Amino acid sequence: MNRGRFRTQVTSLALVAPLLLFLIVFFALPLFTMMKSAVSDPIAANVLPATASALSGWDRESPPSAALQAAFVTDLKQIEDDQLFGDLVRRLNSAKSGFRTLMPKTRTAAKEAGEPLDLVALDKRWADNGYWQVIGVAASSTITDRNLLAALDLGRDASGEVAALPTGASANRAILLRTFSMALAVTVACVLIGLPFAMIAASVEGWKRQLLLGAVLLPLWTSLLVRTAAWFILLQDNGLINSTLMFLGLTTEPLALIFNRVGVIIAMTHVLLPFMVLPVFSVLAGIPKNLMPAAASLGAHPVQAFLTVLLPLSLRGVISGSLLVFMSALGYYITPALIGGAKDQMISSVIAYYATGAANWGMAGALGLVLLTATLLLYVVYLRLSAERELRP
Amino acid sequence: MADSFIRFKDVSKSFGALTVVEGLNLDIEQGEFISLLGPSGSGKTTILMMLAGFESPTTGAVWARGKRIDLLPPHKRNMGVVFQNYALFPHMTVSENVAFPLRMRRLGRAETADRVTRALDMVQLGSFADRRPSQLSGGQQQRVALARALIFEPEVVLMDEPLGALDKQLREQMQLDIRALHRRLGLTVVFVTHDQTEALTMSDRIAVFNHGKVEQTGSPAEIYDHPSTRFVAEFIGETNLVRGSVETVEGTTGRIRLENGGTLSVEASGRLHAGKDVCLSIRPERVTLGTGPDNSFSARISDVVYHGDHLRLLVQGNEQSFIIKTDRSRRPPSVGDNIMISFLPTDCWVIDA
Repeated sequence: MNRGRFRTQVTSLALVAPLLLFLIVFFALPLFTMMKSAVSDPIAANVLPATASALSGWDRESPPSAALQAAFVTDLKQIEDDQLFGDLVRRLNSAKSGFRTLMPKTRTAAKEAGEPLDLVALDKRWADNGYWQVIGVAASSTITDRNLLAALDLGRDASGEVAALPTGASANRAILLRTFSMALAVTVACVLIGLPFAMIAASVEGWKRQLLLGAVLLPLWTSLLVRTAAWFILLQDNGLINSTLMFLGLTTEPLALIFNRVGVIIAMTHVLLPFMVLPVFSVLAGIPKNLMPAAASLGAHPVQAFLTVLLPLSLRGVISGSLLVFMSALGYYITPALIGGAKDQMISSVIAYYATGAANWGMAGALGLVLLTATLLLYVVYLRLSAERELRP
Repeated sequence: MADSFIRFKDVSKSFGALTVVEGLNLDIEQGEFISLLGPSGSGKTTILMMLAGFESPTTGAVWARGKRIDLLPPHKRNMGVVFQNYALFPHMTVSENVAFPLRMRRLGRAETADRVTRALDMVQLGSFADRRPSQLSGGQQQRVALARALIFEPEVVLMDEPLGALDKQLREQMQLDIRALHRRLGLTVVFVTHDQTEALTMSDRIAVFNHGKVEQTGSPAEIYDHPSTRFVAEFIGETNLVRGSVETVEGTTGRIRLENGGTLSVEASGRLHAGKDVCLSIRPERVTLGTGPDNSFSARISDVVYHGDHLRLLVQGNEQSFIIKTDRSRRPPSVGDNIMISFLPTDCWVIDA
């Protein structure tokens, strides 16, 4: 019998294997790689092995010992690969400027001179403990919190303490905040439009219901890019909306609807509305038909019946719809890029900039990690809340 | 205008071309338990819905306590409704459900709590106050629905097949419970059902419906013993229908010539006159085995059905089949036996053919 059960388990495993494999190869693995690149920093430790081991005897405050300096020179001599050396210089220079000129000069001198090489005599910058500290941080560990801190507009100061970056140096925190506030605005707009709509759709039957649901579903079958482009046309100064308003005499000059926050929120609300309407509708459709008559027979005015019976019962759909809309909105990229202005870009566009524009995979991964963590935290909060609702006697 | 507690006056209801209720005139007295009985589609639920205010009559009017109510919205009618599937609010606890009508009437917190406790005790659910409806059995949910419909002391309680979803034993228990509550609280109950046994056991009065019209109203005994139409005779319980025409009427005895040539004596009422086509209803339990003073026939047993407390015999005699309900005190007859059957003229109920 155990054999039979084993076989069933193998069969079911074989059935899910393609999906599992797909998820691992195309989702989990890239995700993991990105996350890893956010915290990995192996270059200095790999290229400067002798320096790394000599670092253990140094307290980071006193001037570096002769042994450490000698180890560093030895390491420099051994570097043959120019590209590897370039990576090392870029890594060190990103922490403290000056390395870009200092390092090639020192490498050339180290290759030509015999032992020992007096580094301070070669360049007096080597007397500055700050440079040695940067090398110390970079070479002592293969992982770093530099990117993660930078993603939150933080950095480490000379003493290694976490501190805020100077204002103006980075705007990640502001953009993250903007991303959350825009996603929230879209979610609220979706609730305000989607809840009444779903209620109407659930209260009618036959072709009317089909028509209403079709109106929501139709956009889902159109490409996101096409829908966004359509809004681009509609929202322009001489687009359909503005020309209609002016034709009706409601405004004398075009409203600013594009390249600003309003336009982005309008377009994103439209795109994400189905994710609100469908869960709410399915919850409403599952509510027994006789609850509202029952409430009326017990003396509830229609408004009271709505507030005490229908609304609380539809709340479960509203919450899952909101979660769906909010989380999708957090990652929006195309719509803000096409319809928004420079001040309406969300965190995805910053991630895209680091990934494709600046080729800084570490920063792209770090920002992605921050976004993912924030989203997961929200999800945990949601699970907690919904679990409490279920558990309530 | 009306003297009765509730009065339906010439009420009709159509949905498009479909007429569901036609020319209904029905009076309901205060404190009575009336059942609206009929097969599905006979319009009985629609009548209840018109009384509760969820449907409005196409023509005619509904009166309660001398006031016209058919234009009043449901929440102003003060009628407790118990729905077929209980219609409890799933997001509220049992006590919140029961307190709902009082909350809608803005009663004080202390009085509400007090009345909820009493209402739950009345239906023996005091210890379930904090449960959700989904954590209760069907019978318990039904009792919550009952408590909720009674707590605001409505003038009328309307019940739409409330016991339909329960199993037989529980249903019979609930029938007794509801009857006891009705008697104890002096409620007026309008009870819709398609189960004739339920209607017979619970009601003070039954209105039998067919195709949107009242076939007959009367006490359970009247309906059972003296059905006024063939439909009522066949729908309520089991019966033997015999067709024939009146041959002679002599004093209190009428002679009926049957279609198969035989004759029967019946107790004559004023309605009988020679030559009239009639239909006779003879209840199976009124037919006795053996020869009697009148109306004796020989017949052959074609089937015997065992029912535990009684036997049901299917007999064939002279082109007429009969169902006979007999107790088991005698030696059980067997299939193929030739026997004599008889019944009294007073047990032949004459219906217009």
